Amino acid sequence: MADYLPHTNEEVDSMLGFLGMSSLEQLFDHIPAAVRLSGGLDLAPGQSEPDVADYFSRLTRANKGQSAALTCFAGAGAYDHEVPAVVKMLSSRSEFVTAYTPYQPEVAQGVLQAIFEYQTLVSRLSGLPIANASLYDGATALVEALNMAAGATGRQKMIVSTGVHPHWRQVARTFAAGTGHELVEVPLLDGRTQWESVDLADAAAIVASYPNYLGVLEDLAEAKRWGVEHDALFVVAADPVAAGVLKSAGEWGADVFVAEGQPFGTPLAFGGPYLGLFACRSEQVRRLPGRIVGETVDSNDRRAFVTTLRAREQDIRRERATSNVCTNQTLMAVTAAIQLGWLGTQGLREVATRCAQGAHYLFDEALKIDGVRATSTLPFFREFALRVPKKASDVLRAMCDDGVLGGLSVGELCQGFDPSIDDAENVMLVTVTERRTREQIDHYVDTLRKAVR
Amino acid sequence: MATNVSAPGGRAASAPLLGHESEPTMFELSVSGRSSYQLRTTGVPATPLDQLVPAEHLSKGTVALAELSERDLVAHFTRLSHRQYSVDLGAYPLGSCTMKYNPKFCDAIAADPGLNTVHPGVPAELAQGWLELLVSLEEKLCVITGMSAATLQPAAGAAGELTGLLLMRAFHQSRRDVRNRVLIPDSAHGTNPASVTLGGYEVTTIPSNDRGLVDLEALKCSLGPDVAGIMLTNPNTVGLFEEEIIEIATAVHDVGGLLYYDGANLNAILGAVRPGDMGFDIVHMNLHKTFATPHGGGGPGAGPVAVSARLEEFLPGPRAVRGANGAYEWQRPAHSIGRVHGWHGNAMVLARALAYIDVHGGDGLTRVAQLAVLNANWLRKRIEKTLPAAYDRVCMHECVLSATKLKEAYGVRGLDVAKALLEEGFHAPTVYFPLIVDEALMFEPTETESPQTLEALAEALERIEQRAIADPDSLHRAPQTTPVSRVDEARAARHLVATEDAASR
Repeated sequence: MADYLPHTNEEVDSMLGFLGMSSLEQLFDHIPAAVRLSGGLDLAPGQSEPDVADYFSRLTRANKGQSAALTCFAGAGAYDHEVPAVVKMLSSRSEFVTAYTPYQPEVAQGVLQAIFEYQTLVSRLSGLPIANASLYDGATALVEALNMAAGATGRQKMIVSTGVHPHWRQVARTFAAGTGHELVEVPLLDGRTQWESVDLADAAAIVASYPNYLGVLEDLAEAKRWGVEHDALFVVAADPVAAGVLKSAGEWGADVFVAEGQPFGTPLAFGGPYLGLFACRSEQVRRLPGRIVGETVDSNDRRAFVTTLRAREQDIRRERATSNVCTNQTLMAVTAAIQLGWLGTQGLREVATRCAQGAHYLFDEALKIDGVRATSTLPFFREFALRVPKKASDVLRAMCDDGVLGGLSVGELCQGFDPSIDDAENVMLVTVTERRTREQIDHYVDTLRKAVR
Repeated sequence: MATNVSAPGGRAASAPLLGHESEPTMFELSVSGRSSYQLRTTGVPATPLDQLVPAEHLSKGTVALAELSERDLVAHFTRLSHRQYSVDLGAYPLGSCTMKYNPKFCDAIAADPGLNTVHPGVPAELAQGWLELLVSLEEKLCVITGMSAATLQPAAGAAGELTGLLLMRAFHQSRRDVRNRVLIPDSAHGTNPASVTLGGYEVTTIPSNDRGLVDLEALKCSLGPDVAGIMLTNPNTVGLFEEEIIEIATAVHDVGGLLYYDGANLNAILGAVRPGDMGFDIVHMNLHKTFATPHGGGGPGAGPVAVSARLEEFLPGPRAVRGANGAYEWQRPAHSIGRVHGWHGNAMVLARALAYIDVHGGDGLTRVAQLAVLNANWLRKRIEKTLPAAYDRVCMHECVLSATKLKEAYGVRGLDVAKALLEEGFHAPTVYFPLIVDEALMFEPTETESPQTLEALAEALERIEQRAIADPDSLHRAPQTTPVSRVDEARAARHLVATEDAASR
């Protein structure tokens, strides 16, 4: 058994003696015997680190889908971006990794200032003035946006475009069971949300995705108009990398911006930990979920940072809090600040542009294959859907044999949730990041041609 | 103690820390035209963006981030890190938070590309190692808690609480049983009532008795057919075991309610007693507390929820299971409440927790709890003359002390003691929680701090008492040796500056 416990047997005896006890078990004597566990936990005895590492090596070898084996063209909110050594090393500094929530600002200025910088970056990307210190992921950030809309309007009806990521819609539906929100999903036609096909009266929120989950860039002006007409909050779920060059949520008139922040320095990591980006207009600040860091001064009039507007939070407001969130994804927020610091103004534009260039090059080449078709006539950014003449999951499986993770099957991604596209089983979602070379894309097209034959 | 001859390993330097100078923000360090990014040479045709994306979608302006050299970026975040206390620097006896040492081995496991470069959307056959890991962790968490099955999706404790309440709701609904109240002791964490509201229930608060435990008679008076369940932390937030747990469980079950176990204090009872054996139906765990995954400055955590057999069909999905042919696959429970996370939960946190459990094994986890409880009791008794315990008897993994005596005698409050402790090179305890104790100081030393460190902590508290007698004002001004002194929280809230841009307006 590996041992991270410092006490020697002599020290244990001495400490027990100080308490007038003779055994460690005696410390638990006040627990009713009827519920005590006799015989200890039914788990294998502890092993040394190298022994456990051997087990994990076997597990990792069983992950055939890792990047070294398959070139990644899958996205859907989780993207294979460049994360340089400098970001990995800075974000793994143990002062950031092993700190707690900054409840004692005098000894937590490092994390607090990093969050302040992160909030500034999210605010600028979203085009909205207020950003919080992060939420769990994009999906739960959307749930918090809906809760904010309910609080702001006193209404319960949430109009959500089916263009919003299917997992996010599922998460929203799960939590609506508790809040009582009515979720109305608006179908897509040719990749465009058909807002007028549902009854928008009494809406608390109008939620659009930019781009939508099929990669399509919809004109958000119509959604904004409906939001204004029905006095609902306009929520934009955005791709934060695309936000480096596209019109921001704020420019489209959004009241709330939510996004999955994984593209900013966090590895694919089988889906987590990621981080939810959240920004909103100033009038909603008292309804903001989670922590927010503000600038102030210390008693010697030096600049200092501190978590603020605390009266919204669960530990003070309890059952009337704006949210139950406590622990968030601070380390990922710090990582995002470092990654964006590394990219800088030009770097983010460059990454976004290269994603779009690679995606359009692949799209054009793929459409030259017999039987492969586009699913929408509308513009896209870095991700797009292709209709293939066989089951997409079979096509993707065949591509894996040639070392390509060719994307995700829309049918499988939606798992019974409305994909809002015909024959979703035959549609695959493909993405290209700045890490994909022309050679890899050409290879992709060859394997796709072979797989659909 | 004889052990005093050794120096304490867990006390950070009390002299001014390196990061005493304030650090400019990355935006203030920015110089137009500087950069540090380097991207792969791709050979992809560099078609201008405006030929790919219609103009109405392109931003007219440029999103200004910071422009830094790599050297300046490194210096900036390294200097920020010097302005930050951490477990790796020194003891962190923050009650209710279980700030134990985070083994580096577990971080190394999570850094393996075989785990962290797997896309979450790949078919199960490409992620067999990951699915086996999730199944193994679920099984072990169930052994530890005495439950039948678990979801690993919730990203933190509060997410676990809400998931648990939605499970409670689904269970009652499946029996067409309408209930609208959830009971919570007055000593509960704030996340409990906040989660109850989001779960669509009303909170009924149960008072504590003079022993710091749930008042059983008051509980019984609050019970009825409209009670969906009760949320309990055991040991509770004053660090005491709810000794009448069997009576509580019976009373709640008798009216058809469910028992929810808040796992914030699970570290106290590993291998000694299990929530399932106490009668709990739903249990959330904080892997970032009990199983030593690093807190990351406030996250990521992971809040798996384990349930008894009758609730298994409602668990969130998809859930990794071992299939008939020995391969692992995703399965959606029959009456699943749905997803509670965008993918599969905080997977890398889950991997670290499994590594921690495997290294410790059943015997090691049992000793973890024993030494956590030993440390808390030793500290409670060692410091009782300076800071008496709110409830003077054997505690579990944490002890709630009260600074009432110092307040009445010298005008020195719990907050002053906490701030002075920062000057002494220790992190502060949790202050003013739980709400039922006057001038509460909640210490949770954890099992990974040595007796020498505990002795040094006790001596630091005694020095603070001496300062309270000699110069109480100096405690009101404490801390002065830290990167900043006490901050003006009122100003931060009154004049919100939450971004650099607000600052410059």
